[in-house]
Amino acid sequence: MKWFERMKKGIRTLTKRELPEDLWVKCEGCGEILYRRELETSLWVCPKCGYHFRIGHKEYINILLDAGSFEEMYAELTSADPLKFKDSKRYTDRVREARRRTGTNSALRTGAGSIEGHPVAFGVMDFGFIGGSMGSAVGEKFVRLVDRAVSDGRPLVVVASSGGARMQEGALSLMQMAKTSAKLTELSEARLPYICVLTHPTTGGVTASFAMLGDVLIAEPGALIGFAGPRVIKQALGLEELPEGFQRAESLLEHGFLDMVVDRRELKKVLAKLLEHFT
Amino acid sequence: MAILDFERPIVELEEKLGGLRRYAEQEGVDLSDKIARLERELERLREEVFSKLTPWQRVQLARHPDRPYALDYINRMTIDFLELHGDRYFGDDPAVVGGLAKLGERSVVVIGQQKGRGTKENIRRRFGMPNPEGYRKAMRLMKLGAKFGLPVISLVDTPGAYPGIEAEERGQAEAIARNLYGMAMLPTPIVVVIIGEGGSGGALGMGVGDRVLMMENAWYSVIAPESCSSILWRSHEKKEEAAEALKLTAQDLLKLGIVDRVVPEPLGGAHRDPEGAARTLKEVLVEELDALVDVPPEELVRRRREKFYRMGVWEE
Ligand SMILES: [Zn+2]
Repeated sequence: MKWFERMKKGIRTLTKRELPEDLWVKCEGCGEILYRRELETSLWVCPKCGYHFRIGHKEYINILLDAGSFEEMYAELTSADPLKFKDSKRYTDRVREARRRTGTNSALRTGAGSIEGHPVAFGVMDFGFIGGSMGSAVGEKFVRLVDRAVSDGRPLVVVASSGGARMQEGALSLMQMAKTSAKLTELSEARLPYICVLTHPTTGGVTASFAMLGDVLIAEPGALIGFAGPRVIKQALGLEELPEGFQRAESLLEHGFLDMVVDRRELKKVLAKLLEHFT
Repeated sequence: MAILDFERPIVELEEKLGGLRRYAEQEGVDLSDKIARLERELERLREEVFSKLTPWQRVQLARHPDRPYALDYINRMTIDFLELHGDRYFGDDPAVVGGLAKLGERSVVVIGQQKGRGTKENIRRRFGMPNPEGYRKAMRLMKLGAKFGLPVISLVDTPGAYPGIEAEERGQAEAIARNLYGMAMLPTPIVVVIIGEGGSGGALGMGVGDRVLMMENAWYSVIAPESCSSILWRSHEKKEEAAEALKLTAQDLLKLGIVDRVVPEPLGGAHRDPEGAARTLKEVLVEELDALVDVPPEELVRRRREKFYRMGVWEE
């Protein structure tokens, strides 16, 4: 079919990172064909098998925060190109494309909001923004969000999703791991709770910094969580396959690196209860 | 001794010069003119090669099999080194060494990522790629330092944290994150030196300090140039370009405010004169510690955190 015919028929080619806009969606977990409306109502969790579809920043804001409570902060903050980095593409072009596609200026959105009436400082990452990678913009926004949490006396809730540090900012990206982790010492000193929700996937420099430093660590079912990505491990060890369930949320729970694995449909309720205990 | 491609003309000339000297001595002939000419030639060649090293050539120097490793520096710079072992949770990681030592007049805690010399030792030390136990041992020793008022010296030299199945299951990410957090608030001076390879989060996991120094030919970045090449260029062939683009040399990182001081190496690199390299580094470390030991711990921690908060370049 030619592109203009597709246009006429209203068919769009799906890119991996977008939620399907068709009426019917095939579950990646069980293969069941699901009605899109129904999937939306179940917060993009398959009602048949519980598979958690990857969702973006807007969805998490809708799901977790009280309606209309989100006040975004530092929304204008975005990536510069300090290394003038160019690989097969210019870094500035990658950023521009990501901004257009996600409708946001960086891989982390930050602001204030409330969860069942509990005021929080809230951050949510978007894997669609250059793989949710952490460069200077994400690091700076995280630090400002913590500052805000401290000055307002609010708990911090962050939804993580990231492939790691942003390669195109070189060591500057790497330093964001130290920057964000260091800042969290101030949140602790202020005795404010930090809850991190790890979603699929959270790997690399984000896991090895602020995502593993929550007072309470929650993950969505089946989320891939680790430092080295599965491909890197397979290559380094010369393995064809990795053990079943390796680096999945359930395995981390078993090994003692998570407090709980929580179904997305229960997430808001669980967060609210935790906040109630802490405040 | 392993020889890198760009070292070869120098090594060949050195061999020629050595042969000429031996011949002159054995045969009792005067070749001093010729020898002097070769010496000048050698000097010129060294200057030429080493004054304009490419980033990739520095990466190669940083990985040179004869380059001094953490224990080589520790043994040369300090006396009374007592190695301490174990993370007190699971095991002892041979990819990280640490203990108590005297640097000049001062007792210090010294930790380092340790590569092995030769295949057998390298396998035991996992080529300097720490497991979570390595990071946890390092943290335990740093806390020991803080408890007894001893400054910490951390020698970074790793291609990265070990990408193993057990390493992941025992919390590689958590171990690194916990170190970043712990080092940011450690109430004693920390001086970090990137002595060879500063590979990604695995390096940074022992790399938060009041002062971060870097040896002239070390590299430090978010990813190794080969991996960067295969991910961003989808080719293994672009490592030179990736090394260039990543701005991973000591001079680049000094300009970006990530490194506080570059420590000069002997001409030709630290492996050409490990004694000289260790002597220089010792002098520098004594000077750095002199400037830090009298700063009150709260002030030290405040400044250290501020330093890392300033890192980054963004637009708004
Ligand atoms: Zn399903």
